[in-house]
Amino acid sequence: MLTILFDGVAYGMLLFVLAVGLCVTLGLMNFINLAHGAFAMAGGYLTVVMMNRMGLSFYWCLPAAFLFSAVLGVVLERALYRRLYDKTHLDQVLFSIGLIFMAMATVDYAMGASPQIVNLPPSLNGRIEILGANVGVYRLFVIAICGLLTIGLQFVIAKTRFGSRLRASVDDGRVARGLGIDVTGIFALTFAVGSGLAGLGGALGAPILSMDPSFPLKYMIFFLIVISIGGTTTITGPFFASILLGVADVAGKYFVPAIGGFIIYTIMVAVLIFRPQGLFTRSAKR
Amino acid sequence: MIFKSILAGAVGLAAGLQFTAPALSQETVKVGLIATLTGPQAASGRQKVAGARLYMQLNGNMVAGKKIELIVKDDTGVADVTRRHAQELIVNDKVAAIAGFSLTPLALAVAPVITQSKTPAIIMTAGTSVITERSPYFVRVSFTLPQQSVPIAEWAAKNGAKTAVSLVSDYGPGIDAQNAFKMRFEEQGGKVLEQLKAPLANPEFSPFLQRAKDLKPDALFLFVPAPTAGALMKQVIDRGLTEANIKVIGTGDITDDDQLNGIGDSVLGLITSHFYSAAHGSALNQKFVAEFKKANPGMRPNFIGVGGWDGMHAFYEALKKTSGDTDGTKLVDAMKGATWESPRGMMTIDPETRDVIQDVYIRKVEKKDGELYNIEFDVVKQVKDPMHK
Amino acid sequence: MIPESPNKPAGWLLGRTRWRWYELAFWAAAASSFFIFPSKLMLISEIFILGLLAVSIDLTLGFAGLVTLGQGAFFGVGAYAAGLMAQYGAGTAPFADPLLGLLVAGFVAGALGFVTSFLVLRGSDLTRLMVTLGVALIVEEIVTQAKDITGGSDGLQGVMSSPVLGVWSFDLYGKTAFWYALIVTFVCFWFCRRLVNSSFGLSLLAIKGNPLRARAIGMPVNTRLVAIYTIAAAISGMSGGLLTQTTQFASPDMVAFHRSADALLILVFGGSGFLYGGLVGAVAFRVMQDFIGNITPQYWLFWVGLVLVLLVLFVRGGIIGMLIALRERLLRKGEGS
Repeated sequence: MLTILFDGVAYGMLLFVLAVGLCVTLGLMNFINLAHGAFAMAGGYLTVVMMNRMGLSFYWCLPAAFLFSAVLGVVLERALYRRLYDKTHLDQVLFSIGLIFMAMATVDYAMGASPQIVNLPPSLNGRIEILGANVGVYRLFVIAICGLLTIGLQFVIAKTRFGSRLRASVDDGRVARGLGIDVTGIFALTFAVGSGLAGLGGALGAPILSMDPSFPLKYMIFFLIVISIGGTTTITGPFFASILLGVADVAGKYFVPAIGGFIIYTIMVAVLIFRPQGLFTRSAKR
Repeated sequence: MIFKSILAGAVGLAAGLQFTAPALSQETVKVGLIATLTGPQAASGRQKVAGARLYMQLNGNMVAGKKIELIVKDDTGVADVTRRHAQELIVNDKVAAIAGFSLTPLALAVAPVITQSKTPAIIMTAGTSVITERSPYFVRVSFTLPQQSVPIAEWAAKNGAKTAVSLVSDYGPGIDAQNAFKMRFEEQGGKVLEQLKAPLANPEFSPFLQRAKDLKPDALFLFVPAPTAGALMKQVIDRGLTEANIKVIGTGDITDDDQLNGIGDSVLGLITSHFYSAAHGSALNQKFVAEFKKANPGMRPNFIGVGGWDGMHAFYEALKKTSGDTDGTKLVDAMKGATWESPRGMMTIDPETRDVIQDVYIRKVEKKDGELYNIEFDVVKQVKDPMHK
Repeated sequence: MIPESPNKPAGWLLGRTRWRWYELAFWAAAASSFFIFPSKLMLISEIFILGLLAVSIDLTLGFAGLVTLGQGAFFGVGAYAAGLMAQYGAGTAPFADPLLGLLVAGFVAGALGFVTSFLVLRGSDLTRLMVTLGVALIVEEIVTQAKDITGGSDGLQGVMSSPVLGVWSFDLYGKTAFWYALIVTFVCFWFCRRLVNSSFGLSLLAIKGNPLRARAIGMPVNTRLVAIYTIAAAISGMSGGLLTQTTQFASPDMVAFHRSADALLILVFGGSGFLYGGLVGAVAFRVMQDFIGNITPQYWLFWVGLVLVLLVLFVRGGIIGMLIALRERLLRKGEGS
């Protein structure tokens, strides 16, 4: 029982790290970046290449994946995304679907279509007993990293100068600009961090969710669900949404395997029916 | 005068050319290979095309005085595209046969077309029992899931497993595998505690595996389509099922040759039943594996690759038997009852069901020359699909 | 779409409804493709079907301004409805007729559209995208789970389409399928054309332009949106039904996300808000797929993605938008000289 809860939390945490960047860009720039999963895939595949081809340690892969995706994110932001901020949502959706297609084909070309498997270092394999629950060491590791990240993010946003500038830019970009805040720079940096987190999530997820070129599409739905439930205005919203989703998904499949697949969609639609106003207040304003 | 003779010569030459023309250009017989080359199933499509091409490369492209031409189409794993390709191949390219079909729905989608046009369709991969019953023009050279699941059910029961749980992907072949396993395992006095079905598109198996673990069976039977197998096996190991004294068994799809090395040493000792292993000891197989690797660097042939090979073989032999007649009904009749040695071992096309009869091996994952292989240690001879009446 | 500074509103309105020469040429070309490409009839029928789906999206997107990502749900529901009609009605004459199947497909999909339209009314573009996507996912999940009815992941098998009106049976060369798809597409298109040029259609444009103002001048905004969403769903359903009837099976990927995405791409490719955009886009999309697919079958997705990105960045209004811009430039040049 505890094991299930634990697995659910680990899965939810992973979803959170994968999706949090999207929440930030969406809340911040009001940009629907469906291609967010492509950044996660970049991080995941970097891990595969570093570990399986170069034989580097898994621990090195995590920061590398973050940096790689962040750089990729900032380059794309400056080169392409920037031009779409004032376009319609439809254009943004189409643009990011186009990016997904290109990313999928590129990965297919470079790495092949077979799912890639990452083998963890021995120190992360195996299982231990905690509070009577039998838990996987790696899942514990995922929870620890994601937990630290969440606290860190929350701290940066709530307590630091950068955080208050960011919040100001989100709340009203024009006024923020008028006050001398470098909104463009903050956007670029935030986009980079968001993409980097996705990359880190991809790297962390690689050993659990196998990597194949259809990754961005497969997980796009999960990201969207996290956002639709958690909203985009806070970090804690998506955080709790991810945990809720992870636990509901895992527990649902455990206790009622026959209809497990429905549960997350049902939650999403129920939330959207009963609390739509609480979720997208920010984008509705425009 | 001179002009006239040149003209005459030219006319004569032309006439002569006309005469020899039919002798020079052989008649071409086309075979349409519909494979999935993009999307999640792409890896299987490449194996199949590689296997079929290799057969043609090693056996020449002349059969019964006719030149064989292979036309490869990508169906992207979408059934209506498969059907459209089949129809176009038959109507426009006038192919003598179509082959391929990586998934059951793709094969089923062409059933009306091949029945209507009387074109043989050679199934190289898809493994649901029922396919061959849907059209008298289907011939299968791959395998069926029940055929693969029954031997391992017997083996498990014989080796002391009293209870079992099965976990499969929720689609035709998975359900076939699960039912066949349950049927034979319970016939042998065992008990299947629960039949779990995971959504086809979901790579997160942990809740299902945890449930299986908590049920404490003696054995856990697994089947998922080959591309997902790697992820599943990682999670099986990660969840510590083997340490909990649960014997993990399955069909060979979960220890697919193409992916086995990527899964890692944790699967050492895993026992599966399947019709093909790249480590099969016969001379033909060793040649097949060596040539396959030479032609496709970085790939190791798996059961899908060998399906491609045997599909071409079945067609070649049938065309020889009909002495080059490409009438669909005659070709299917020629394939019925055909027996040959494949890299997998001896195989026969059942004359009644047009389904494959073959040896099914019980194998164990072992390390050989630094690579992981399925090493065969037991065999059930000439297994028929138990689901056909 | 943009009125070319009409002198009189009445003249402009009449001008919109008049059939232009290039429209007639378009349909004539569509019909004559039967003789020009006799070996590609299946592909062409598929283009009509896809085009019709894109046209139905155009109704909501191009004319009512509703951004949706789940039209595939209606397409799939229609496909299964028509398939089940053909399966269970086989043999009993009036029930097995494809035309009746098509109507049922449209009706069922329209009913689903009506029910879900209330979800689409509220919230922003983003909520709409999410809700429509969510509905499509749930429909897909239901289709794969309800094995007894839909055949699950293996798809609906044994759909034998009866002859159309008891006379024309579906042949292997796709001749019947071609004419059947063409005529159904044309009739649906004609209906859509009438619809968007009616006062109802014009009110939709007003709502798209500014919902607040439309409401202020007394327009029943929500009723109109529900109506157009339902109609679009019904037409999507009929295009799904067409696909099932011409290919004689239905499978879960008829509901899958890529259907919705493809159809949306096609529409944007052709140009939304012109009604013809969907059809033109479908032709261009398939031709491109065929062309690129022959060069690099494995990586054509990359080029589609690239085209899409370039289209969004540099081209407004898709192919038709480009043609209109070209025409205007030519006209202006003509005036200048």
